[in-house]
Amino acid sequence: MINLEHLTINYGDNTVVKNLNFSLGHDEILMLVGPTGCGKSTILKAIAGLVPIADGKITNSHWVADAKHQVPPEKRNLGMVFQDFALFPHLSVLDNVSFRLKTTKKAEHWLAVLGLSEFSQVKPSQLSGGQKQRVALARTLAHEPALVLLDEPLSSLDAALKDELRWQIRDALKAAGVPAIWVTHDQEEALSIGDQVGVLRAGNLEQLADPQTCYNTPANEFVAGFLGDANFLDGQLDSNNNNNNCVNTVLGSAAIHPNQHSTNQVKVLLRPEDIDLQANEQGNGKVIWSRFEGKSSLVLVELSDGEQIRVRQSNKVTLHTNQTVQLTINTQAPLSVFPVTEK
Amino acid sequence: MKPWPTSYIIALIVAIFSLLPVAVLVSLAADGSELFDAYNLEVLTNTLLLMGITAFGAILLGVPLAILLTYVQLPWKKFWLVLLAAPLAMPSYLGAFTFYAAFGYSGELNTLTGIETPPFEGLFGASVIMTLYTYPFVLLSTRAALSSLDASQVYAARTLGMSLFPALWRVALPRIANGIAAGALLASLYALSDFGTPAFMGLDTFTRVIYVEYNAFGLSQAAMLSLQLLVIVALVLYLESRVKGSQEPPGRHLMFWPNLKQSLLMILAMLPVVLFAMVLPLAVFSLWLWRDGAGNFEIDYAWNSAQASLLAAIAAVIVALPLAHASIKGKAGKLMERIVFVGFGIPGIVMGTALVYLGLQLPFLYQTLALLVAAYVLRFIPLAVGSIRTAHENLDGTMVNAARLLGASPQEAFRRITLPLIMRGVVAGGALVFLEAMRELPATLLLGPTGYETLATYLWRVYEAGYFGLAAIPGLLLIFISVLALLLMLTGERFNDIELNKGSEK
Repeated sequence: MINLEHLTINYGDNTVVKNLNFSLGHDEILMLVGPTGCGKSTILKAIAGLVPIADGKITNSHWVADAKHQVPPEKRNLGMVFQDFALFPHLSVLDNVSFRLKTTKKAEHWLAVLGLSEFSQVKPSQLSGGQKQRVALARTLAHEPALVLLDEPLSSLDAALKDELRWQIRDALKAAGVPAIWVTHDQEEALSIGDQVGVLRAGNLEQLADPQTCYNTPANEFVAGFLGDANFLDGQLDSNNNNNNCVNTVLGSAAIHPNQHSTNQVKVLLRPEDIDLQANEQGNGKVIWSRFEGKSSLVLVELSDGEQIRVRQSNKVTLHTNQTVQLTINTQAPLSVFPVTEK
Repeated sequence: MKPWPTSYIIALIVAIFSLLPVAVLVSLAADGSELFDAYNLEVLTNTLLLMGITAFGAILLGVPLAILLTYVQLPWKKFWLVLLAAPLAMPSYLGAFTFYAAFGYSGELNTLTGIETPPFEGLFGASVIMTLYTYPFVLLSTRAALSSLDASQVYAARTLGMSLFPALWRVALPRIANGIAAGALLASLYALSDFGTPAFMGLDTFTRVIYVEYNAFGLSQAAMLSLQLLVIVALVLYLESRVKGSQEPPGRHLMFWPNLKQSLLMILAMLPVVLFAMVLPLAVFSLWLWRDGAGNFEIDYAWNSAQASLLAAIAAVIVALPLAHASIKGKAGKLMERIVFVGFGIPGIVMGTALVYLGLQLPFLYQTLALLVAAYVLRFIPLAVGSIRTAHENLDGTMVNAARLLGASPQEAFRRITLPLIMRGVVAGGALVFLEAMRELPATLLLGPTGYETLATYLWRVYEAGYFGLAAIPGLLLIFISVLALLLMLTGERFNDIELNKGSEK
C-alpha cells in the first residue's frame, strides 16, 4: 500500500508536480497516463526516492518520506522497471535477477514464471528487447518489493511485442500480489491493463478512477480527448425534462448521465462510434475525408454549420469526398456533457 | 543546499594543485627579470613561425590524406589508416634525432651511399619534422568530420547541377572547416610545447631557450619565458575551444571505388609520408644497433623509466576516479575537471621549471622521485580523467538507480555496478598515462634525481655527447613503446565503434 499526500516536486524553480494525492490498495495496478512532460515519470522517481520532493508526504507501510526526511532509494523496498531495462551488462541473467539475494531460489522461480529459465547463464546483451524487459521484471519481483514502479516499460519495444508483453507483465504482477504504478503515454495500454487510471496534465491529476469511468464519464474535456477520439458538439439541456437528463443537439437528442448539473448550454461528448452514418442526398453533412482502417473507417464530416465531426463506420457504405451523408446519435448509453467555458 | 559529494572535495584539491605550477611561475618571474627584450622578440618570431608552418603543413598533408582514407575504397584501407595515424603516437624528438643524424655532410646517408644531402636543422628542419609528426591530428579530425557528413547533401548539390569538385568545395568544405581547424590547432599546440624537436634542430624557440636559461641558472628568466609561452598556449587553447562546432549524427558518407591503377597511384603518393615519419627512424636506430651494438646502455634506464611511469599511472588513476565522477555530477565538478585540464596545456619544460623551483623552496622534495611523478601526474592526468569519464558517460545512469532500488547502498552500487563497468576505461587511462610518461623528455631532464637516467634522458645525453650510435637501444625501445600506445588508442577506437553499432541496432 502506498499513500501520497500533497506531493509537490520541483526541478529547480519549476514546479513539475503540484499537490498530488492518491493511495493504492494491496494488489491494484494504477496506470498513470498523460502527454509528454506531464510529470508522470517524475512522480515515479519521487516515489522511488530518485528525485527529492519539495512538499507533501509519501507513506508506505514501513517508511514515511517528506521534504525534510528523504528516505534513500535502497531503504524503500520498492521495485522499479525502467524503459531501457537497466540490466547489468557484466552479470548473467541469473546474477542480475538474484542481485542482492542470498540464494537463487526466488530468481529461478520468477525466471521460470516468465519463461526465461533457459537464458539464466546468458549475458543480457544476447537477449531481445522483450526478453530483457522480462528479465528486468523478474529481477524486480524476485527482490519482493512492497510496490512495483514501471516507467514506460514497453515503449522501447516493437509494436508486435507490446500487446503480448503487457498481459504477461500484468499476470506476473497479479501472481506476485503486489501493487504497481505503471507509467505510460499509450492510452490504450492504460485503459486495458489498469485497475485504476490516473490522467495527468502538467503535473495535475485530472481524474483518477477505473478505466470505464474515465473513458465513459471523463472529468473534463482534456481527459475525454486524451483517452480516445472525441467530438464536442454544442447542445442544450432539455428544459421540459425536470431531471435535466436529456440533451438536444443538431444530430438529435440523447440521454445524459444524471447529476451533471451545469448551464443550459453544454458541450456533448460524442465518441466516433456513438454516431451513425448513412448515405443520404438530403443529409446534414458532407464527407471531408474517409480513412480506411481495416475493419472500420474513420470519416470526417462537416455539418452545415461548419462543425466537423469524426465518425467511425464499419465499411458498410463506400464514401467519396463531398458526398452528402446523414449523421444521427446512435448510442444507448447516457452521454457526458461539459459546461460551455467562457472564452 | 546539499552537502558536496566526497568526490568534489578530492577534485577541488587536485584542481588547486593543477594551478600551482602557474602560481609558482608568476611568483618566480616577479623576481626582477626582463619582461621583454630584442632576443625575446627573435624567440617569439621563431616560435610563431614554427607554429604557423607546422599548422599549414599539417593541413597540407592531413586533409588530402583524410579525403583519401575516408571517401576512397582503397585495398587494406584500415591498414593504411593505422600506418598514417601512427606518427601521432611517436614523440617527434625521435624523428628529429634521427633526421639530424641521417642528413647533412656527416650524416648516415652520406656515409652509406655517398650522396650528400643538405643538413636537417633550424627552422626548416624543425618545421618538416613537426609537420611529419602532427599531420595525423588534422587527418583524424578531418576524417571524423568527413565521415559524419551525409553524402545526400553532396548528391543534392550534384542533382542541382554542380559537378563533383565544386560540390565538395561548396557543400562539404564549409561543414568540415571546423574539423580541419581543430586538428590544425592541436598541431600548433604540439609545435608550441614540444621541446625535443627544436632542441635537436637548434632552433631557438621558447621551449629550447627556457632550457638554456635553466642550465645557466637563470631560473627567474626561464619562468618569465614560460609565462609568455603559456599566454600563447592559452590563446591557442581558447581558439580550439571555440572551433569545436556541431557534431552531426553519422550518416552514410560518400564512397569512391577506384580501379587498380588509381589505387596504386594513390598508395604510392602516401608512401613517402610513411617512409619519412616511421621507416627512417626505425632504420637509423636499427643501423646503429647493427653497427655499434648496445654501447654502454644499461637496463636500469628502462627500469627507471618504467618505475616512475608506473607510479605516475597509479597515482593518476586514483586521483582521476573522483575527478571523473565529479565532472559528470554537476557544474562545479565540470569546472574542476576543466581546471585539471590546464596541466595538458602546460608544456613539459614549463612544468619542469615550475616544479624545480618548488623543489628548491621545499628541500624535502628537491631531487626526489616524488616530484618527477607529480610532474607526470599533473601533465597527463587529463588522459586518465578523459578515459574514465568517457566510460562513465557510456554507463547508463538508470543502472545505478536500479541497483539502489534493489536495496544496494551507493557504495555497494559503485563497487558492484559502476566500477566493473568502467574498469576498461580505468585501465586504458592508466596505460595511456604510463606510455606518455615513458616517453616524456623535458620535465624528466629537469626533475630526474641525479643519476636517475631514463630512456628519454639517456637519448638526450647521447645527443649532447655526440655519440649517436649509442642511442640504438633506447631509440628502439621508445619506438616500441609508441607502437604499444598506438595499439591502445586503436583498441579504444574499436571499442567505440562497437558501442556505436550497438546503439544503432536499438
